[in-house]
Amino acid sequence: MNGLVEVSDPGLGNSIQDLGRIGYRHMGIAVSGCLDPLLARCANALVGNPAGCACIEVRAAGPALTVRQGRVRAALAGNLSATLARHGGGEEEDVPPWQSVSLDPGDELRVGFAAGGTAYVAIAGGFATPLQLGSRSTYRRAEIGDPIAFGMRIPCAALAHGGKHEYSADPWRHDEGPVRVMLGPQDDHFTPQAVAGLLDGDYTVTAQSDRMGMRLEGPALAHRTPALADIVSDGTTLGAIQVPGNGQPIILLADCQTAGGYPKIATVISADLPRLAQMRPGQAIRFQAVDARQARQALQALETRWNWWAYGIVHGLPGAEVNKDWRAGWPLYQDGWCQDE
Amino acid sequence: METADSLDAPRLLPLGDAAWTVEFGARIDPALHGRVLGLLAAAERLREEDTFAGIVDLVPTFRSLTVCYDPRRCDGERLGEALLSLARTAGAVRRDGRRWRLPVCFDDEFAPDLEDLAQTKGLTREAVIERLLATRFRVYMIGFMPGFPYMGGLPEALEMPRLKSPRKSVPARSLAVAGAMCAVYPWESPGGWRLLGRTPVPLFSARDEAAPSLLSSGDQVNWRAVGRDEFTQLEAAAQSGRLARGSLLAEGEPS
Repeated sequence: MNGLVEVSDPGLGNSIQDLGRIGYRHMGIAVSGCLDPLLARCANALVGNPAGCACIEVRAAGPALTVRQGRVRAALAGNLSATLARHGGGEEEDVPPWQSVSLDPGDELRVGFAAGGTAYVAIAGGFATPLQLGSRSTYRRAEIGDPIAFGMRIPCAALAHGGKHEYSADPWRHDEGPVRVMLGPQDDHFTPQAVAGLLDGDYTVTAQSDRMGMRLEGPALAHRTPALADIVSDGTTLGAIQVPGNGQPIILLADCQTAGGYPKIATVISADLPRLAQMRPGQAIRFQAVDARQARQALQALETRWNWWAYGIVHGLPGAEVNKDWRAGWPLYQDGWCQDE
Repeated sequence: METADSLDAPRLLPLGDAAWTVEFGARIDPALHGRVLGLLAAAERLREEDTFAGIVDLVPTFRSLTVCYDPRRCDGERLGEALLSLARTAGAVRRDGRRWRLPVCFDDEFAPDLEDLAQTKGLTREAVIERLLATRFRVYMIGFMPGFPYMGGLPEALEMPRLKSPRKSVPARSLAVAGAMCAVYPWESPGGWRLLGRTPVPLFSARDEAAPSLLSSGDQVNWRAVGRDEFTQLEAAAQSGRLARGSLLAEGEPS
């Protein structure tokens, strides 16, 4: 039997996301996917899912989900908590992040407000909305992916046995310190002072930030000539820092356009992309330049650290079979989407 | 000398640790684009090798190819070397793609910038339309938003810069020009291009899994003027899924 949950309150700013829509950028289709794939992976691991399962990404007021069928396991990751109203009534239970909780038909999980930048709700088996172009990620700009709406019913997995053996783990902590970037592809469009300015300056995240990009405010970065503030459009990617004529940088995020006409002074390395999802308006951001070798080392170090975190997941069932899938490394891109039942 | 260099020597530019951009030049130029398509074909073969199976996206633009890869599954430095070597040897490809004849309606309501462009260029409204219809546009790339085609070939007599102050909302399926470019906005969106008409044909359909974007790089497009009645009929047909894409190909039409 499959599980089934119903959206009893869509909340605000929530979307279904997985690891993104890969292989369609030449058609202008954004990658989308979780802004913080690492945190989503934590949430998935806490319900025994592989990393590719779709989660609900919470950026403001979380949704409420009512179980309609099966015994369903859920978990939260990030700066987010929930309450649980049991079918039979009685007092609401608190559901903190970093541990799983099992729900029965009629139970309602009321997810609270994401106090950090981005948090995730995972459910065993994943939120199994229909795949579109190989992904369940929501990309509203092209009307791809189902928006979370009142009464929407989403299939998931039902637990095979009714035991109350939950998973729990320490909170995941992102790296701290400057956000690491590789210079280019158009750093030669900027004055040497501008390149130094990006790396020395204090920038602030502005409120003009969404899933497409994050506008920063700080020392203006000068192009070598005004004409070099425009380029004949070329390819973009998430993490690219584009600088329009006003000199204020914009970091492109998961829903970013696939090509653009502003020069890109630098690009945030893969290991630090998830951290961007946690930055809030008003927060300071600093950059540090690294080379390709350092970027590779940073990614490897992050994967090792994540694996240690995952080994720390405690399961209430002694000697339980370990789900190997999610220990196989951190797939930013992965082929094995959560299987359809 | 410098011109020859910029034409002949492709540059390998890092776009972070998960993508390379191979740049052939900085211009919009059919010859440059031919080399982009040549490298695209070579890169498509490259990704079939196990070593480079970590390539996840190949994005051609006017003047460059961006190759996105999974840094955990692909050695970025080796990929960069391979791409640069292919860029030097692959040569140009002329991909003529499909030839489309797409309907467009020039009613005032759909063409808020037509009169202004005509006046600025010292042309009549009819002369502007005539030149648009006489042009065979070439799709250089799809980008900016899903299905948005950047098409080159706009006659110089119609070239104008973007609006100084972009519109907050451009209606979906607007035919628009800027500089030497022509495009169609597949979605309602903000935009600074000048609006000269509207097509009833959807440029993008996520339900068409095999080819969500109507146009692709290398395709050619001629515009065919339709009146408001035909526009409305075609729009209704498209919305109910009765407009076959094949019927929009030039080959499918009696000449």
